[in-house]
Amino acid sequence: MYSIPLGMLRQLSKISKANQFLAGIGLILVVSGICYFFSDYLGYKVVAFILLLTVSLIAIVFDILPVLAASLLSALAWNFFFIPPKFTFHIGSAEDGFLFLMYFIIAFINAVLTNRIRKIEQQVVEKEEKARTVKLYNTLLNSLSHELKTPIATIVGATDNLITAQSNLSDDNRKELAENISVAALRLNQQVENLLSMSRLESGFIQPKKDWYDISELIYAVINRLEQQLKNHKTIIHIEENLPLYRLDYGLMEQVLYNLLYNASIYTPDYADISISAKNHAERIYNLDTATREHSEIKNEYSYLSLVIEDRGPGFPPGELEKVFDKFYRLDHSSTGGTGLGLSIVKGFVESHNGTVLLENVPHGSRFTIMIPAETSYINNLKNE
Amino acid sequence: MNKAAILVIDDEVQIRRLLEITLESNHFNVESAETAKEGLRIAASHPPDLIILDLGLPDENGHNLLKKLREWYTNPVLILSVQNDEDDIVKALDNGANDYLVKPFRTGELLARIRSALRSTAPEDNNPVIDCKDLQIDLATRTVKKNNELVKLTATEYKLLSLFTRQEGKVLTHQYLLREVWGPGYINQSQYLRVFIAQLRKKIEKDPNRPAYIITESGVGYRFIAKE
Repeated sequence: MYSIPLGMLRQLSKISKANQFLAGIGLILVVSGICYFFSDYLGYKVVAFILLLTVSLIAIVFDILPVLAASLLSALAWNFFFIPPKFTFHIGSAEDGFLFLMYFIIAFINAVLTNRIRKIEQQVVEKEEKARTVKLYNTLLNSLSHELKTPIATIVGATDNLITAQSNLSDDNRKELAENISVAALRLNQQVENLLSMSRLESGFIQPKKDWYDISELIYAVINRLEQQLKNHKTIIHIEENLPLYRLDYGLMEQVLYNLLYNASIYTPDYADISISAKNHAERIYNLDTATREHSEIKNEYSYLSLVIEDRGPGFPPGELEKVFDKFYRLDHSSTGGTGLGLSIVKGFVESHNGTVLLENVPHGSRFTIMIPAETSYINNLKNE
Repeated sequence: MNKAAILVIDDEVQIRRLLEITLESNHFNVESAETAKEGLRIAASHPPDLIILDLGLPDENGHNLLKKLREWYTNPVLILSVQNDEDDIVKALDNGANDYLVKPFRTGELLARIRSALRSTAPEDNNPVIDCKDLQIDLATRTVKKNNELVKLTATEYKLLSLFTRQEGKVLTHQYLLREVWGPGYINQSQYLRVFIAQLRKKIEKDPNRPAYIITESGVGYRFIAKE
């Protein structure tokens, strides 16, 4: 509910100490100046309230020391400019002296209390965040213990059989057990890779290592890696003719496509199609000197690599399209394995390229659209030698 | 034929045993060392035909050990790396490693790398014709035939292909290929490499989208595979 103003406040409180002092003092001076301008209409007691209000507002946003400085200044300004006789720190009547003393104390209490409330609020937010993290960890532990322990159980069980019951096993069974171990180990490896990717994303250390790449090579490399999973599906690949080379991180983009196509292969029924297409999207910004586009000068041209992956799966519940990219999100009824990390890794890796990923439901399936802004090179379309 | 001697330097006892069993059952002589120091000592007293070196050793950085070995040891060195960190691998290849494997690796891959590395040290058989499946490359007459039909290659494409065939099975880094084919000024111009690899694949591969000869090693380089 208060997340937006709170966010703004947090932004404001990030301003450096020195700037907070300046801003606080500046605000008091400006408000005093305005009040002075209207001093014919405003009594000096009303001005005191306006200044107190200003101090309270400053206290909501800034640290304690700048706030105290601002309240001190406001008291002095009030005394100097508004309490008769004006332009002296001298206070004429005993009543005004008492008022000034009260002003001084109220301004300070006001500053300190507002500041304390803010701190308590911050603690509440931190506590909530902590609770969320704990919940996240529980989800992680649940899905991890399932995802990691299943293959481990397979390996332990199969090796036990191979070690102790050797004489009773037929050759076929022995071979099958060994194959089970192999599949389980590879699955374990995949999960560890996902966890490593996730922790890389969490630590915020993902720096794409960009180089020139051929998108068709990238797409086919992933398709070939997923040969086993895609063998019962019809894979439709459409790569725009004369697609340029792009500068991007091959490893990250390979993982993005792998996770999306892997998901598609799990959720798409056998013999239905999965399609992947790659296109270039150019956005031109013109200097509009003349009316027609042909005569105006291109000021800047941005290229986007657009990758669209469509499956014939059950789609996603409309209300949950956004949540799909959250960590550990899994559809309630989904029975197939997965830690729920795949799509959040996709999002993280795409965003590390400053790109976007969009999920829509389409008739008979879902569609992921990835847009990556990237440098292009059309050198591959030149005739060589 | 004499059994080739292989030295395994790895601190993990399980990996060491696995390698020993795998290699011995494939007719290699295996010695193993647990630390960099021990590895260096064994390599110096009985220089092996090939060294398998794990980059993460407890007593010394694998890259350092590799540099020390390369001061006098000329036979192939195969690197084992636990994480798929391309920079680390490229650095090791620059420091004189012949090839690399990322844990977990498949036995077939391991044996292929070892055979290809050992082949590169075997005396040249002076046969300028390289025969692989449906492809024939004659380095003497500079001709390439696919299914007995002449393939027309440009000078650069031929240069690239002959570089690949002369180091069959070995990973060649992007920088190495760019330097050898285009010259030292081009080592950052990887777009040329992409273009020519794509063209070469179109000419020699049966299905350029599922290359069987020129294999991409993601983030590191390319590998030419001719023999099963």
